[in-house]
This record gives sequence, structure tokens and C-alpha cells, in this order.
Amino acid sequence: MTHAIEADDLVKVFKGKREVRALDGVSFGVEEGTVFGLLGPNGSGKTTAVRILTTILRPDGGSARVLGHDVQKKAALVRTLIGLAGQYAAVDENLTGRENLQMVGNLNHLEKAFVTQRARELLAQFDLTDAGDRPLKTYSGGMRRRLDLAAALVARPTVLFLDEPTTGLDPQSRNDLWEVIEQLVEGGTTVLLTTQYLEEADRLASTLAVIDHGRVIAEGTPASMKADLGATVLEVGLSSVEDAKRTGTILDSLGPHAALVSGTLVEVTVDNGPQAAMLGLRSLDTEGITPTTFNLREPSLDDVFLSLTGHRTEEEDVDDGDGEQGSKRRRRRRQAEQALPVVTGELS
Amino acid sequence: MTTAITAPTVPGAPHATGLAGKVRWMVSDTLTLTRRNLLALTRIPEALFFATIQPIMFVLLFRYVFGGAIHVPGGLPYVDYLMPGLFVQKVAFGAVSTSIGLAEDLQKGLIERFRALPMSRGAVLTGRTSADTVRNVFVVIIMTIVGLLVGFRPSTTVLLYIAALGLILLFAYALSWGFAVIGLSAPNSETAQVMSFPLLFPLTFVSAAFVPVQSMPSWLQGFATYQPVSVTVSACRALMVGSAVTGHSTWFWVSRSLFWSVLFLIVLIPVAIHRYRTRI
Repeated sequence: MTHAIEADDLVKVFKGKREVRALDGVSFGVEEGTVFGLLGPNGSGKTTAVRILTTILRPDGGSARVLGHDVQKKAALVRTLIGLAGQYAAVDENLTGRENLQMVGNLNHLEKAFVTQRARELLAQFDLTDAGDRPLKTYSGGMRRRLDLAAALVARPTVLFLDEPTTGLDPQSRNDLWEVIEQLVEGGTTVLLTTQYLEEADRLASTLAVIDHGRVIAEGTPASMKADLGATVLEVGLSSVEDAKRTGTILDSLGPHAALVSGTLVEVTVDNGPQAAMLGLRSLDTEGITPTTFNLREPSLDDVFLSLTGHRTEEEDVDDGDGEQGSKRRRRRRQAEQALPVVTGELS
Repeated sequence: MTTAITAPTVPGAPHATGLAGKVRWMVSDTLTLTRRNLLALTRIPEALFFATIQPIMFVLLFRYVFGGAIHVPGGLPYVDYLMPGLFVQKVAFGAVSTSIGLAEDLQKGLIERFRALPMSRGAVLTGRTSADTVRNVFVVIIMTIVGLLVGFRPSTTVLLYIAALGLILLFAYALSWGFAVIGLSAPNSETAQVMSFPLLFPLTFVSAAFVPVQSMPSWLQGFATYQPVSVTVSACRALMVGSAVTGHSTWFWVSRSLFWSVLFLIVLIPVAIHRYRTRI
């Protein structure tokens, strides 16, 4: 079994107003022809890892290989093998979709006829044929992301890096993009994907690494992580802190982990949602407690973190040494979260 | 552990090896990006319109509003004194767009994409500065036409006039490498723009561009006479309307202008490329 991507003890330190260890000894391997998900909150080091693997940034320690080629010593060769789509839709606003694709083709030094044909092909594949000759200024956010991904594919890369490809997208565009990525993997492409969404990693990745503060804190298949975590989160709101404490004790036995009480809110991860809900409500009724809200939801990255580290994902400003980009990212993330409610039932 | 994959299965040029291959890629990548930057220019007709209208307004302002109050020694009509200065001032201000363009590319993540492509490392910068030079060619042609319309009468030869335009374009090209450094150092394009002006204002206005240096306080005259913008203005003036009004021979000014341009290029190109490589 060969690894298409190998990271070996990568270290990257950003010196600025305060020193940030963006990567603090990160190692992982990605099998050829699979999707590897790098999951973590903002500032965890995901983007830094991608930048090192795509030859954009030099590590301060450790090494990395893509298809067996060292990304530092053979950077020029590695660049001919990889494709990168970032979270900013790095495309030229003033050019048309077709011109953007052709520019990337030309900068890859591909034959003219091939570039023309490939641009046409990709526009069709990404449902952009009609918009192909319009300037990007007229594109929607989803269209830009699709074009950005198309641009990463012009030279038919063997290894594809996707840095938060769906952050900030509406659910429909997100689904469309997921389908495209799945098709690519069927065609044999190796994909490294970074994401903040457990749902996305679950859908696309066959192997996951959870990264926090520049370190890999867990590795495995999405199934094994979920099994470890519990499949659903039961979230109960109470009218008083006292009731919440009592509820916490009552619900502790429902899942593999102890219930978490924060203020008047109680959360517990469970394996079987509906069953746990019935049991939980019955026990609360027996104790004479009436909840103000009662929700079942999918576990979030936050829940994964909670179970792995005992703390929630922090919203602190440690972001690859670039505060401005960080805050933009956080804004986008918040927008995206608002667009994805997973509430399945509510009592009040 | 190694795998057999060393090249993707797409038809294209083989991996560049040797100096000749690198130079060929440098040229082709520069052309690709020059084309891209020029296309972008044509896609914003408003920007193109105002970029054209602004030099025209400057010509009219100095020719008809300020010009009457400014007296040039030796009886040279003010419009003939003014136009060489305006040419240089215009292209110097235009060089700001080099810094804005690069800062925008950085901001939008385009430079990040470029850095992950197997393209020539310096092409992002040469593509930008080349496109700005092409734009400057249009600027000097428009200014020549407007100048002739408001009474500018070059009194030397066509060849010397063209030589003056060449000197202006070279000077602008050298300056744009300096503004490339600013663009690559600025946190965003708005800042790149405001960072450029404290540099440009003294260079273009404390100069021989609009008024005779003799009218300035004596402590300012040395700088105002020999700073890079001034010597280029004086060189153009000598080449366009004769050296009498400039106080020295044509070659005196031309050699000094060439000196500054070449010095800027030698110093600023490596600095800009270093900034490009280390910025992200």
C-alpha cells in the first residue's frame, strides 16, 4: 500500500507580535486513491499543513512527500502533480470563467489545443457552460467555488488539496460540490480535504485526523470516531440551574460519556436518539422535571472536541499568524453554521 | 517508498530543465500574466475612462489655471515647460497601480494559487510590471495628443521626442518594481495605496516638474534638482524642447536619469522577488 501524501513531524512557527506554533509535530499518511479529512477548528493548523504540502510554505521542521517526492527538494516537480483549491475561491474577478481556466492551463505549460478543450470540458462538468464567457463578477458564491475547483483540475492532478472547499456555501451548493469530489475520487484522484464540519468529513473522507493547536489529537475512520462519540446529541434546556444539575445526573446513564451541564443546558451524546429521548423524558417526568427545550441533533465538531479534549473548540485568534484572514474565516464559518440547522424536534 | 508517477497524463511541455528551458517558461508565463492584467484593465471600462480623463484634467489645470501665475526663465511658454513634467508625474502616479494590483492578488488568494503552480517564480511580478508598461504607452500617447491640442510644441526632432518617451517608460518601469515591493508588503490594497502616496508626493511635487526649482527656498533646491523624478523631467525637457531651460546639457540629465532607473532595477528587483517568495 502506497501513501500518496506523507507528512512527517511537520513544524511551523510564525513569529509575530506573539509566537504561534501553527504546526507542532504533525504526521499523517494518505493512501492513494482515498479521501483524507483534516478536521479542526480555526487556527488549528489545517491551512498551514496544506500550504506546506502544496510547496507554498517551507516548514521549520520535519518533511513531507507527495507521491514520493519531497515537497521542498522537488518543489517544481510536485507542483506539476498537485491541484489546490483554497477557501477563498482564488480566481480572477475580471476574467471570464473560461479565461481563468485557460490562464491556469497556460501557467501549467500545457499544449494550447489541450487547454482550450480542457476548459470547455471543465465548464461543462461543473455546469458553468452558459456562464463560461461571463466575467466572474457576475458569478454567485457557489459558482465561484465550482470554478475554483475546476481551475485546480485543469492539469489533471493526481493529488488534490481542498482547503475548506465548502465553508460559507449554502446547503445546495455544498451538496453539489460534494458530488463532484466523489466523482473525482471514483476516477482515482487522491484528495486531502480540510474542513470544520464533521458532516462533510463523514460524507467524503475514508480516514480522518483531528487537529488542534497544531497537533493531531485523533486519527481513524469517521465510523470509529462516531462510535466512540455516540451518534446523536440530546440537548435539554431547563428553567433553572438547579433543575439542570439534577437533569444531568439523571441523563448521565444514557450515553457512553457523562452528560455536560452548562448553565441551564444539558447535553449528552447517545447512540440511539429516539430511544434515548423516550427514556430521558420518562425519567424526567418521574422526577417531576419539565424541560423548556428538548432537541436531538447530529454531533458537531464541537462535540468531537469535547469528547477528545474535554474542552470546546476555542474561538481565539490564533490563525496562521494572520489575524485579518482569520476573522474573515470566522465570519464565514458563522454564516455557514447559521445556514445549517440540525434541530430535529423542539418542545417549549 | 517511491511511486512511478513523475508527470501527470496531460500533453504539455516537459519539465523545464536547464537555463534555456527556464528562460522560455519565464517568457511564456510573463506573457500569460501580462495578457491577464491587460484583459482585466479592459474589463473595467470605468477605471480605464477615469485613468484617461485624469491626465487630461491635469494638463488643463496646469495649462489654464495655475500656468498663468508660473513664470519660466528664458521666455519658454509654460505649456512647453509643463508637458515633460506632467508626463513623468503621470507615469509615477500610475505606478501605484502596480502595488494595488499585487496587494489585491495577495488578498484574493490568487498569489497562493500561482505559488502552487509549476510556473516561473518571478512571472507574477514581471507580468504585472510589463502590463503596467503597456498601459503607460497608452498614457504617453494620449498625453502627447492632449498636449499638442493645448499648444505644446516640441522643438527638437521626432527621434529625440521618442527617446524622451522611452526614458519615461524606463523610469516608470523601474519605479513600478518599487511599488511592487510596497504592494507585497501591505496588508491589503487600500493600505498599499495610502502607503504609496507619502513617497510619491514629495518626489513629484518637490521637483522640477511644475515650477522652476529656483523659485523654491535654497535648502530645498538641491533635492528638488537632483532627485530621480527631477532629473528625468529635466532629461525629457532637454530632449523635447531643448536643454537651454534646464541649465545643463541633455546628456547630463539623460545620464543621471538612466543612472537612477538602472539603480532602482538592480536594487528593487531582487527585493521584490524576495518579498514575493517570503510573503504568505
